[in-house]
Amino acid sequence: MVNFVLNGLPVSVEKGSTILEAAQFYGFPIPTLCHMEGLSPYGACRLCVVEIGEGPRAKLVTSCTYPVEEGLKVRTASERVIKARRMVIELLLASCPQSKTIQDLASAHGVRQQRFRQEYEDCILCGRCIRMCKEQMMAKAIGFRGRGEGRSIGTPFDMKSEQCRQCGGCIYVCPACQLRCTYTEPEKAVCGGCANLTPPCVEKDSFDDMMCYMNPCVACEIKKDL
Amino acid sequence: MVLNVEPSCKTCTCHEEVDLSHVEKILAKYNNDRAELLSILEEVQADYGYLPQNALRMVAERTGSSMVDVFGVATFYRAFNLKPRGKHCISVCMGTACHVKGAPNVVKEFERQLGISVGETTPDNEFTLETVNCLGASALGPIVMVDGHYFSHVTPAKVKWLLSMVRAGLDKVDVKTDSRIIHLDVLCPHCNQSLMDSVHPIDGCPSIHTTITFNGVSGHARLSSLYGSYSIQSEPDAPVGTTVDFFCPSCNKKLTTTSRCPECGELMALMRVSGGGVVQICTQRGCKGHILDLSEIDI
Repeated sequence: MVNFVLNGLPVSVEKGSTILEAAQFYGFPIPTLCHMEGLSPYGACRLCVVEIGEGPRAKLVTSCTYPVEEGLKVRTASERVIKARRMVIELLLASCPQSKTIQDLASAHGVRQQRFRQEYEDCILCGRCIRMCKEQMMAKAIGFRGRGEGRSIGTPFDMKSEQCRQCGGCIYVCPACQLRCTYTEPEKAVCGGCANLTPPCVEKDSFDDMMCYMNPCVACEIKKDL
Repeated sequence: MVLNVEPSCKTCTCHEEVDLSHVEKILAKYNNDRAELLSILEEVQADYGYLPQNALRMVAERTGSSMVDVFGVATFYRAFNLKPRGKHCISVCMGTACHVKGAPNVVKEFERQLGISVGETTPDNEFTLETVNCLGASALGPIVMVDGHYFSHVTPAKVKWLLSMVRAGLDKVDVKTDSRIIHLDVLCPHCNQSLMDSVHPIDGCPSIHTTITFNGVSGHARLSSLYGSYSIQSEPDAPVGTTVDFFCPSCNKKLTTTSRCPECGELMALMRVSGGGVVQICTQRGCKGHILDLSEIDI
């Protein structure tokens, strides 16, 4: 067992587990997109950053890839962490505004606008689908291609893959394309519908079957009573 | 997003029949080791000029890695091409220094002249145009590299001339006008006597006169003193592949040293360059291996 301090609380977890696993076990929520139980840690989305160390030597690390160490001091929600996380969410919103998952994250973290050039991508390159295909489905049908801004996910040469069994696992685990936020107006990156507690949510038909980060959602409860 | 992919055979080369015997040889050389993937792909690219699709499939199959991994590596590195390339590859430097000195205009002019955009190949398979991030000669920018030859201070006005140069062939050397040519005055390293012979010029410049022996025969050889020219007049003529011993005609000492040719591994003959430095040439007839070390002097 490894003893360390998590948000001021002395804790001990099994050797080899990551900060993210420890924090989840002790009930400190850390948001993440690319991490998924059963898949190898990847550290792509940077949402799970936490602050380790003290004073001037404190630094941000991705908790999903950082194994716990004896005597480590971890803060999962310090000011610096929150700031970094909100920046990551802004960047994610700038590339993939129509992802319901990302919109919910923005609402939950109080991100009300994003300041970057708006793009409308389908993919945040978190690599979940690739790891799903490789590690759980043993298919290795899709992978990263190219690099830099030309990086994309898909099959070699964009051809129908011989390895793909059409299992749909890649789509099932995708945090960006599985749910679309239908409320988004193209020119407005942040939908904010979920965060809005006043009834417009009730009037909008498009919110009918949407998942909402607020559980229970005040607006939905009102709607039920109507 | 991922599953409904239509094969896009209009642009890819999947139907092209490629002779895979070279790939076979390369794979055998590297023992089908997947740790050598980069070296294998480099050699395949060197052989075919690009990475044919079925070659990639074969590499993946033999090295035991998945096609996506091989494809990921092949698309990650700029050095690899998945499409056949033109005969001449034009690389325009778009590094910071060249960029501010007007490289974008040079690129535009190339695109206009060739009728293609960056990364494409002309339909007649003559030219491939690409931009690179730095060619390491920023002080001379904008730099354009064609088939390994550097051109400095390129302006849009020079592009047409440059293309005509390339069409005429860059390996042809015009002694009088080519600025890449330098002329070397060499001395015997033992007696410091000049080896230059102005009575029998080669390429319009005084030749380097040495006495030679090979296979028990001796005679004279005159070499061109232009660096990069391999013109030689030898009496009697040594057949290609024979190792020739060079001697100084003044002191009759052997010029051959103990260093080995970087190209063929044969011994090298050493001559001093007047002004400082040494030049070494391979003693095997036909081999173009040479080492020029001018570190002692300023050119």
